[in-house]
Amino acid sequence: MLKFAGNRPPSPSIAEKDFLQDALRKKLRLDGRKPMDLRPISFSFGPELGWVDCSLGKTRVLAQVDAKMVKPLPERPYEGLITIHSEISPMAGPEYDTARPSEEEIGISRMLDKIVKRSDALDKESLCVLAGQRVWHLRLTVHFISDAGNMLDCAVLASMVALRHFRRPEVEVIGDEVIIHSPSERAPVPLALHHIPLCLTFAFFPPPSNPTSKNNEVQEETPPPIVLADPNTLEERLADGTLSVALNVQRELCVLHKAGGLPLEPAEVMKVVQRATFLVKELDELVEARLREDWEGRHVEVR
Amino acid sequence: MATAILPGELVPAQHVNLKLGPGLLQASTTESPILATRAGALHHSPNGARWWVESNARRYVPAAQESVIGVVTARGGEAFRVDIGSAHHANLDGLAFEGATKRNRPNLKVGTLVYARVSLAHKDMEPELECFDAQTHKSDGFGELKGGLAVTCSLKMCRMLLDPSHFLLPFLGARFPLDAAVGVNGRVWISTKDAQTTIVATRLIEAVDPDGGGMDEAAAKIFFHKINS
Repeated sequence: MLKFAGNRPPSPSIAEKDFLQDALRKKLRLDGRKPMDLRPISFSFGPELGWVDCSLGKTRVLAQVDAKMVKPLPERPYEGLITIHSEISPMAGPEYDTARPSEEEIGISRMLDKIVKRSDALDKESLCVLAGQRVWHLRLTVHFISDAGNMLDCAVLASMVALRHFRRPEVEVIGDEVIIHSPSERAPVPLALHHIPLCLTFAFFPPPSNPTSKNNEVQEETPPPIVLADPNTLEERLADGTLSVALNVQRELCVLHKAGGLPLEPAEVMKVVQRATFLVKELDELVEARLREDWEGRHVEVR
Repeated sequence: MATAILPGELVPAQHVNLKLGPGLLQASTTESPILATRAGALHHSPNGARWWVESNARRYVPAAQESVIGVVTARGGEAFRVDIGSAHHANLDGLAFEGATKRNRPNLKVGTLVYARVSLAHKDMEPELECFDAQTHKSDGFGELKGGLAVTCSLKMCRMLLDPSHFLLPFLGARFPLDAAVGVNGRVWISTKDAQTTIVATRLIEAVDPDGGGMDEAAAKIFFHKINS
């Protein structure tokens, strides 16, 4: 009978389940949002470059980028390296445990890997300093401060903004000698990013069943499922499946992730992707505006 | 009178009948100093007999005689295991209800919300709950909570809601019929006649929560009219 209270996400009570289904039938969300609205997003930049605290409603994720020079992998002498650390600590919520990675943590690690590394968002060859001998090794650390649902979108947003915010020291290569200039001597250089993929998650619920059908004929088409953008904790736990879409402003789809759950018609998936393209554009504008605002506030001396 | 205090600081509390409230600890039973275990504002009664620390947190530490809202997670033979948000799951005996006998026990399903009183709470043991008043053995509002919606809030918010002079619950109750149960473990249960009003009530609670904005009375009234359109 003695079991630790952690490790298992507390399942929602019957009352909450019933209430959510009733509210969805009446097209109401628990925080008053419209079905396709995101929660308010805010960024806070640290004193160091590459440190971002991103809040998506009450979900809060911190991302930090660090760089150091290492020897490259022997099979890839012209490419830099990037490693992502994203463990969920019990700080995010009492149901997380450091001893064993939860399913959610594994899912987020995989998505971050696909979006940041495999989609070639970062130009690895630009991180090469001296071929075969010295390359930059970037380390992206993601801390999950608070889980109020949809940590994945918040983590991806924080990571991409941190990569955009970060500046690596300028290097000068003379022959075989590598000189790293400190940020106080020469202005540090931004990372070369090909594109900025951002992730949006949608939760699906079965459509409210029709109590009576007009005639005794079989219904031609089943009603579409209810789709909610940016689910909060309760919606995420009670959803019949989620669809995560990662794309950039140039309308290029990087990752489409649907792990089980309610089966979806192609038309519904397309509708979700269309909405995601619109939301990504808005997100991108917000990110650019905040980055610009922050950069203007920093003192950059030109000698 | 309040001074800011951090965990580990010594507290100059001396009295013949000294009573220590939440946040203070006396290291052993003999003449040992009194330490603060929470960060917050140190208060004491005018005659110096009662001392306590006012702090805010979101994780609940069970203490005896407190009313909490829990979710039944398992049924083991005669007792129920209930999640009250603390480090250990709590035990609710099947007979700890008004009018319960060996043959007539309440049939709570897994996932039911219950309003119970913590009868036993020690640091390293599982807390125990009861669903009746200690002396009278009447249910007094404890027991299963049917329908409605439970929201989480900070511990300070729960204490504010239980304070009869706080504006929020009377303000909501004056506008629509409302059933509310406040657990000091950071959970509040609200039940009204339809989903829309319940959502308005829960959003207002989250807005007034010192952790999530801490709206004062005037701002809360404006917010209420905005979301109740």
